[in-house]
Amino acid sequence: MEFGLSEEQLMLTESLRGFLDERLPMNKLREIAEGGLGFDGELWSGLTEQGIMGIMVPEDFGGLGLSLLDAAVAAEALGYHAAPTPFAAALVMAPLTLIASGDRAQQKAWLPRIASGEVRIGVGFAGMSGQTGEAVARLDGNKLSGCITGVLDGGDATHFIVYLGDGRAALFAAVEEPGVSVSTHRSLDRTRPVTALVLHDARAAILGAANDPKAAATAVLDAGRVMLAGDTLGAAQSMFDKALLYSKERVQFNRVIGSFQAVKHTLADIITMLEPCRSLVWYAAHAQDGPAEEARVAALQAKAHLGDAGREIARLATEVHGGMGFTDLLGLHYWFKRIAFNRQLLGAPERCRHEAAVAQEWVS
Amino acid sequence: MDLRYSSRHRALQEDARSFIKEYGHLSPKTGGGRKRPDARALDWQELLLERGYFARNIPREYGGFGLPVDIMELAIIAEEFSIAGVSPGIMNQGISMLVPTLLEVGTKEQCIRWIGPTIRGDIIWCQGYSEPGSGSDLAAAKTSARVEDGQFIVNGQKIWTSSAHYADMMFLLCRTESDKSKHDGLSYLLVPMNAPGIEVRPLVTMTGRAEFNETFFTDVRVPTDQIVMGRGDGWHVANVTLKYERMLLGDANKLTYRLARAVELMKKTMLAGRRFIDIPEYRERLLKLQGEVMASKYHGLRLMTEQAKGEDSGVKRLIVKLNGTMIAYRLSSLVVDVLGAAGLAYEPVGEASEDDEATTWQIDNMYDIGLIIGGGSSNIQKNIIGERGLGLPREPKSVPPAVRG
Ligand SMILES: Cc1cc2nc3c(=O)[nH]c(=O)nc-3n(C[C@H](O)[C@H](O)[C@H](O)COP(=O)(O)OP(=O)(O)OC[C@H]3O[C@@H](n4cnc5c(N)ncnc54)[C@H](O)[C@@H]3O)c2cc1C
Repeated sequence: MEFGLSEEQLMLTESLRGFLDERLPMNKLREIAEGGLGFDGELWSGLTEQGIMGIMVPEDFGGLGLSLLDAAVAAEALGYHAAPTPFAAALVMAPLTLIASGDRAQQKAWLPRIASGEVRIGVGFAGMSGQTGEAVARLDGNKLSGCITGVLDGGDATHFIVYLGDGRAALFAAVEEPGVSVSTHRSLDRTRPVTALVLHDARAAILGAANDPKAAATAVLDAGRVMLAGDTLGAAQSMFDKALLYSKERVQFNRVIGSFQAVKHTLADIITMLEPCRSLVWYAAHAQDGPAEEARVAALQAKAHLGDAGREIARLATEVHGGMGFTDLLGLHYWFKRIAFNRQLLGAPERCRHEAAVAQEWVS
Repeated sequence: MDLRYSSRHRALQEDARSFIKEYGHLSPKTGGGRKRPDARALDWQELLLERGYFARNIPREYGGFGLPVDIMELAIIAEEFSIAGVSPGIMNQGISMLVPTLLEVGTKEQCIRWIGPTIRGDIIWCQGYSEPGSGSDLAAAKTSARVEDGQFIVNGQKIWTSSAHYADMMFLLCRTESDKSKHDGLSYLLVPMNAPGIEVRPLVTMTGRAEFNETFFTDVRVPTDQIVMGRGDGWHVANVTLKYERMLLGDANKLTYRLARAVELMKKTMLAGRRFIDIPEYRERLLKLQGEVMASKYHGLRLMTEQAKGEDSGVKRLIVKLNGTMIAYRLSSLVVDVLGAAGLAYEPVGEASEDDEATTWQIDNMYDIGLIIGGGSSNIQKNIIGERGLGLPREPKSVPPAVRG
C-alpha cells in the first residue's frame, strides 16, 4: 500500500506549476481577471500544450485517460495560481458525463474535441447540486426549457451540459442555437464567472445512456466537488506560502513579524489545518473509483471540510499581511475570493454534510 | 496511491474480523482512568502478541512478531480493532515511547533486555522529565546524576510523573555534565523504581484520582550501563522519545475509534423522544468532526508511507500532536454533551475495577485536556511547528540563568 502521489503525479504538479509560474505572473492574472470571463485564449492554448485538456478523456478518444486523483492534483495547481481557466466542469465533469451517460456515437463526437481543447463545456444542475439560485429545467422530447444559474465554467463556453432532476443530461451549443440565452456575470472571484442559462425549447442532445442516471449524475457532481476542494487546497496553500514569506520579511519593532509568537502560532495553526486537508482531498479523489457510499462520503466531507478550513486559512493568511493584505495592490484577495467561490458552488459545507449524513443512513 | 488490498491483506482483514468475533469479549475496556494493566489486560496482550496483532514488526529476538513493515497491514489491524471497539493492546509510556526509542537509538543488549517484558506488560515504565522548575523548558532539568564507584548517583525531584506509583522502571532525563551547556549536559537513564532512595508521592488530578506523582530521588544508584546512548546525549534521546510520544498523543486511530463510539451513542441516545443523530445541531457537530477525523486518518497514512520509505516528513509530523489532541477533546466533549445531565453522576471507582460508561467519558474528556498540556503543551507544539517546521526565527531570548550542576 502507498498513500501518496506517484512520480508521474508529482511531475504533473511540477510542470503545471512551472508553466503557470511563468505564464501567469500577477500582472497577467490581473489583466485576465479584469474581463472576469475566466478564460484567456493564450493561457488556454498553453494549457492545451500542457496536456490537461484530455486529463479525463480515455485514451481511445485521444485523451490521457488519467484518474480523478490526477485531476485533483491539477486542480490544486490551478488553485495555487488562481488560474482564470475552465477546469472542473469543462475538463472533468463534462467528459465524465459523456463517459457515464453518452452513447458511443456521442462519446466519439465529443470526447476527442474536449481532449483537443476545441470545445469547452460548462455544466449546470437543475436541482441536486445544493447551490442557491434558480435551477429548473424541463425536457419536452429533445427541447429543453428552464432557467439555471450558477453554471460552472460558462465564460466563453462553446457548449453546455445541463443535468435534469432525474439524472439525465442535456447537451447543447452555447451560441447560435435558437432558444438559448447565456448571460455570464463577473463574480466575486474575478478569475471565474457565474453563468445563467435561460432556455426556451432549445434543441438539445440527450445524454441518457447510463443504467442508473441518478447515480451517474451524483458521481459527476461529486467529482466536481472534489475538484473544487482541490482548487481550494491549492489556493489555501498559496495564501499560506505568501503569509509565511511575508512574516519572514516584514519588520516591526525591529524584528521580523514571524518572530512574534502570535504570528508564529497563527502560521502553525494554518499548516496544522492545511496538511491533513491535502490527504483528505487525495483520498476523496482516489475514493471516487471505489464503492459508492465511501466515495460519496469522502467527496462530500472533502468539499465541506475544505470549504471551512479554506475560509479560516484565507482569513488568517490575510491578517498576517496586515493592511497590505487588504489592498488590491498585493492581489492576495484573488485567492481569498477563489476560496469563497469554491465554497458556494456545488453545495456549501452545511449542505454537503447533510448529504453525507443521508449517504451514511444516519438520517433519511 | 495504492489502497488496494492484496489477497494477503484481505485474508488478514478476515482473520482480524474472525479473531475479534471469537475473542473480542475478552478485551479489556478502552479509555477511562489510567491504571496498571490487570490480569484481563495482560491475558489480552499475550493473545495479541501471539497472533501478531501487536508488536507485529518488532524483531522476534526482542519478543515481537518479527514481520517486515507493511503499513497496510497495520492500518487494517488498527481499523478493525477501532471500529469493533476492541482494545488494540496496551498503550503506555513504555510500549509506545520507550520501546521505539530503544529500537531507534538503544543497543542490542538494551533491546533484548527491556523490550520483551515491556511489550508483554510485565514492566511498566514512567517518564521522568518534568520538574517543578522545568516543564515546557524541559532542557532546564536540574535533577542530577554523578558517577561514583561505577554507578550513577541520582538526586533531585521530578513532578507530574504519570503512573510512577505503580511503575517498575523510569526513563529519566537528568543532568550529568555540570560543566556543559544546558542542552549538552543531560543524560537519559533507565532507573528501577524500587531502588532505595526513590520516594513517590501521589498527586490527585482533576479526575479525582491520583494519576500522577511527585518523585523524589535521594542518592539513588543506577548501574552505568543503564544509560541510553552516551553521557551528554540525553537531550537527543529525550527528543526521540518525545517524537513517539507526540505521535501517540495525536494518534488518528484513537480518533477513528472515538468517532465510531460517538456515532453509535448518538443513534441510540434519545432527547425528548428524538435520537441525537436526528437533531441537526448535534449531527452537524458530529459531521464536522467526521471530516476532521478523516483528514487526520489519511494524513496518518501519508506519514506512515513516508516513514516506510525513509523520508523525512518534516512539518507534517510536527502537527500531529496539536491536531489530534484538539480533535480528541472535541469528540469527547460531544459525547459528554450527548450524555448530558444523565451523564453527570460521577463516581470514579479508581484502579480496582471498571468505571461506568458516563464516568469513563467524563474522565476521558478531562484527560484530553491533560494530553493537550502533557507531552509539550499546544503552545510549545506551535513554537516547534513554527521554528523547526517553518523556519521562523526563535523568540529573542533573555540570557539563560546559569545551570547548576
Ligand atoms: C495528564 C498529564 C500527564 C503528564 N505526565 C507526565 C509524565 O508522565 N512525565 C513527565 O515528565 N511529565 C508529565 N506531565 C508534565 C507535562 O509534560 C508538563 O505539564 C508540560 O510539559 C507543561 O509544563 P508545565 O506544567 O511546567 O507548564 P509550564 O511550562 O509552566 O506552562 C504553563 C503555560 O505556559 C505556556 N508556556 C510555557 N512556555 C511557553 C513558551 N515558550 N511559549 C508559549 N507558551 C509557553 C504553556 O503552553 C502553558 O500554557 C504530564 C502532564 C499532564 C497534564
